[in-house]
Amino acid sequence: MAEMNTDDGGGGKKKHGKKRAKKSSTRIDMTPMVDLGFLLLTFFILTTTFNKPQAMQLTMPKKDKDIPLDDQSKVPADHTMNVLLTKDNVVYWYFGMADPSKGALPALNKASYGPNGLRKVLIAENNKRHRAYDEIEKLKKDVASGKLPKDSLGKKKGDFFSDKTRKTSILVVLLKPDKDAKYKNIVDALDEMAICNVGTYALLEANEVEDQMIANANTFQ
Amino acid sequence: MPKNSPSIDMTPMVDLAFLLVTFFMLISQFRAEEAAVIDIPSSVSDLKIPEKDLLMILVDKQDRVFFNLTGKEERVKVLEKIGEKYKVVFNAEQKKEFSNMASFGVPVKQLPAYLDAGSTDRKKLAEQSKGIPIDSLNCEICDWIYFSRKTAPKFRVAIKGDQVTSYPVVRKVMNYLQDDNIGKVNKFNLITNMETGPSN
Repeated sequence: MAEMNTDDGGGGKKKHGKKRAKKSSTRIDMTPMVDLGFLLLTFFILTTTFNKPQAMQLTMPKKDKDIPLDDQSKVPADHTMNVLLTKDNVVYWYFGMADPSKGALPALNKASYGPNGLRKVLIAENNKRHRAYDEIEKLKKDVASGKLPKDSLGKKKGDFFSDKTRKTSILVVLLKPDKDAKYKNIVDALDEMAICNVGTYALLEANEVEDQMIANANTFQ
Repeated sequence: MPKNSPSIDMTPMVDLAFLLVTFFMLISQFRAEEAAVIDIPSSVSDLKIPEKDLLMILVDKQDRVFFNLTGKEERVKVLEKIGEKYKVVFNAEQKKEFSNMASFGVPVKQLPAYLDAGSTDRKKLAEQSKGIPIDSLNCEICDWIYFSRKTAPKFRVAIKGDQVTSYPVVRKVMNYLQDDNIGKVNKFNLITNMETGPSN
């Protein structure tokens, strides 16, 4: 402490004469530093706000084994589209049920993800039954243009699909990933459900018969 | 005095700019401190995920399972309960460290060492780890889910998987979450990137 005091005092006294002469040079040009500061500022602002992830909501049926058989919802076989998700980003689909005890197994159709694969099939199949895809698209457009209030879309969609005449003939999609499916495949498939306005779908698992069907389809290529 | 008017004192502006820079730097660093690098798939869904009140399970591309829970108090409570069950004692410093941490993916027995490690050592440990055990005989993730759901029943449940994560692992975790004796959750948020919808 004592040393520092004497040093400071001595320095001040000695340079007293020079200080006046160099008065203008004590100012530093801070412009480049400010430039850099603001550059970093913009960089960090942009990177932090861009990083917001979205979420896709998935509601699974409650695992209740005690529901009596009569209360379980039954779906006509020819409205049930089974979508098998397997390795190499391939999708197989068929209608109805694969039950070896009831005659021949249905043939598998191959498709890919993306606009020309699964989406085309889904839109076509969905439109075959009450033009569900077109109807919902119309609703979406009305909401987008402001004809309908923004929060009414969910309810209108619900009304559309729960209508009694439609309920029995609507397209039902069962997504059945097998053991080789990747997480991305499931997200893509769920995404197609949203894009193609499929009202009723479920995420299940491929059973043994379907595993066999996929294996057969893979070997015949 | 017209002589000193051309040069403006920029010090307050610079002060403010650097204050903001430091602020944003710190904020952005806190987010990136995940134990696993996960390349999430994209979807057209535009639902925003809340940053608070979230129970998150992460599965990376090597099918390792990580766990994350928001809220410092909740984290400490869950850690205490887990410690009780697995007979692992955590000291106050470890608890504090745990409450500040993001996701983690080590078995409970290795957790004290993981918490004591510095940030570089911790990264190494995270790389070597096989994730939280999800085997039905040694289901540590079940206990993490169970105690978290008990401590914070209102938290939303999110799943963050890598694009190439194999589905059966995700399914297994979802089954535990749905189980009446473990998670009792039927509503999941799958975390995805934004993707623009089809243009037709």
